[in-house]
Amino acid sequence: MIVPIEHAIALSAVLFAIGAIGALTRRNLIVILMCIELMLNAVNLALVAFSRLHADLAGHIFVLMVIVVAAAEVAVGLGIVISLFRNRDSMDVEEVSLLKW
Amino acid sequence: MIVGVAIKMLFIVLVIMGLFLPLITWVERKQAAVMQDRIGANRADLLGVTAMGLLHPAADVVKLLSKEDMVPSGANRFIHQIAPMVALVPAIITLAVIPFGGVYQFGDATVSLVVADIDWGMLYILAVGSLATYGAVMAGWASNNNWGLLGSIRASAQMISYEVTMGLSIVGLFMCYGTLRLTEMAVAQDSTFRVFGFLEHIFGLSGPWFAWLDWITLPAWGIFLQPLGFILFLTCIMAENKRPPFDAPEGESELVAGYHMEYSAMRFGLFYTAEFLEVPVIGAIVATLFLGGWSIPWLSTADIVGAVGGAFGQGFASGLCMILHVGSFLLKVVLMIWFQMALRWTLPRFRYDQVMDLCWKMILPISIANIFITGALVLWLDG
Amino acid sequence: MMDGALFFYIFAALAVAGALGMVLNFRNAVAGALSLVGTMVSLGAIYVLLDAYLIGVLQVLVYAGAIVVLFLFVVMLLNLRRESFSAERQRAVKLAAAGLGVLVLLAFLSLLPGAFREAAALPEGFGGYRQVGMALFTDWLLAFEATSLLLLAAMVGAVILAKRDIE
Repeated sequence: MIVPIEHAIALSAVLFAIGAIGALTRRNLIVILMCIELMLNAVNLALVAFSRLHADLAGHIFVLMVIVVAAAEVAVGLGIVISLFRNRDSMDVEEVSLLKW
Repeated sequence: MIVGVAIKMLFIVLVIMGLFLPLITWVERKQAAVMQDRIGANRADLLGVTAMGLLHPAADVVKLLSKEDMVPSGANRFIHQIAPMVALVPAIITLAVIPFGGVYQFGDATVSLVVADIDWGMLYILAVGSLATYGAVMAGWASNNNWGLLGSIRASAQMISYEVTMGLSIVGLFMCYGTLRLTEMAVAQDSTFRVFGFLEHIFGLSGPWFAWLDWITLPAWGIFLQPLGFILFLTCIMAENKRPPFDAPEGESELVAGYHMEYSAMRFGLFYTAEFLEVPVIGAIVATLFLGGWSIPWLSTADIVGAVGGAFGQGFASGLCMILHVGSFLLKVVLMIWFQMALRWTLPRFRYDQVMDLCWKMILPISIANIFITGALVLWLDG
Repeated sequence: MMDGALFFYIFAALAVAGALGMVLNFRNAVAGALSLVGTMVSLGAIYVLLDAYLIGVLQVLVYAGAIVVLFLFVVMLLNLRRESFSAERQRAVKLAAAGLGVLVLLAFLSLLPGAFREAAALPEGFGGYRQVGMALFTDWLLAFEATSLLLLAAMVGAVILAKRDIE
């Protein structure tokens, strides 16, 4: 084993934390979407690392599914962002509060 | 091991970058001249020697190196400066997985003429090709220029679209070879197949009346196994690398020069190099996948070794094979370069919406149909 | 043996730097997205080091080559202004940072010696396209088919959302 699994898990945790902080604190919708991608990637890294630990391919299949979900999410998310920008001329999440009471 | 890899890298860099690259700029100029009934580049001279314009590449380099490197005001300095390198690197590292010769035995030593023989070689080429988008995107955005930005938006949309179809167009080929390793693909093509073998296989026609049909053979090259896939892949890879007639991202008549318009001196030279380097790289990929790689038609390695191995020894036979195979590979690459150059000066540039329509409405459905037909045929003939 | 681990630390540092570069870049989203590309490519390299060859290539092909390009595409199409912290957000920052700090600390507990057992021995061809393909099209076929539906729905949804006017 050339890569220590624990270090890969720690890296995954750090990336997830960075992504989560970004998603919670940034106001730009596109950056929030990118942070969500980063969190998904962190989860992928953990899945691959555990897959390596147990020599089980199920983790790889999960990662494939996550990649598909990420691609679908980006397509729909960016579609929403574009139509939002057309209607409101802004990409600030704070200004998208029509349904907030 | 390390020494062998270093020698192979040196060979590739010297042949592709040192020999092909300057020659291609010359060929492009001369071919343009011939096709437009002009004389072409012949002015650069050294002590009165013009050598048919062969000194022009050297003059180009001197000019590009000695000019001022401009960064436009309002540009993002860092991204503006690294964009040319990002554009050039994918073209170079693609060459790492391309086999320019087979595996040869010299006594105890085994020589394999490929820098990195990885199991997922074709996926590597696709992945590296997808990173090439960033050079164009970064250049256009960092230049703070509207036309540059439009050029890079066009480039990114075109490259993403054609990546998809490029991957799909060669799935049929993967089914035929049963591997993604480029060296195995080249070995698989180092043989022949009987063109009318299917008569016997499907209709059960055999016997003395049909014996003569066995003599009609073709090399088992990708172009014969997947003729449709060849056309689709060639179109896609040229569009993905923004080669003419798919060079809408740098269409002079609409966008001045496209994403690299704010570049000067050697940074422009790097874009120029990347663009011309893609020509032999495309040639090498197409030659490896569809034109048999290093193999010689109707003359397999076993034939050569059988003919000369007994009389002159095993080492001589291996050496002869190696020279013939590398020569055959380079010949195919040169052929593909000629083809691309001829295409460049024959076809007018497609309009941008035509480029995208061709990708999504023509090539995508045809390549999916190709996958299904190939899969069915492979199942039928193998099973 | 040490070379692979060394590469892992280099790419891990690059990945964290790229992620920080994206989250902390308040001036322009394009530079942030480009820095995210660095993270994606580094993660691809780490997957290869973890014997996940197919996943590593797909990571570069899909994430770096397509998804982030889509982000860049949209950022370049839309004109973005510089954003600023609002008071409400600042409170959220402190809460989020505290909560996630605890999470990361917990994760670092895994670095303690003996937290994990030794990695299992790998079968031949682990993580290559043949093995993953066999698993995907036998054991996980239903999940694979379901993702195709998901992709179709996402495609239709994206087209409808981004369309200018719908009759």
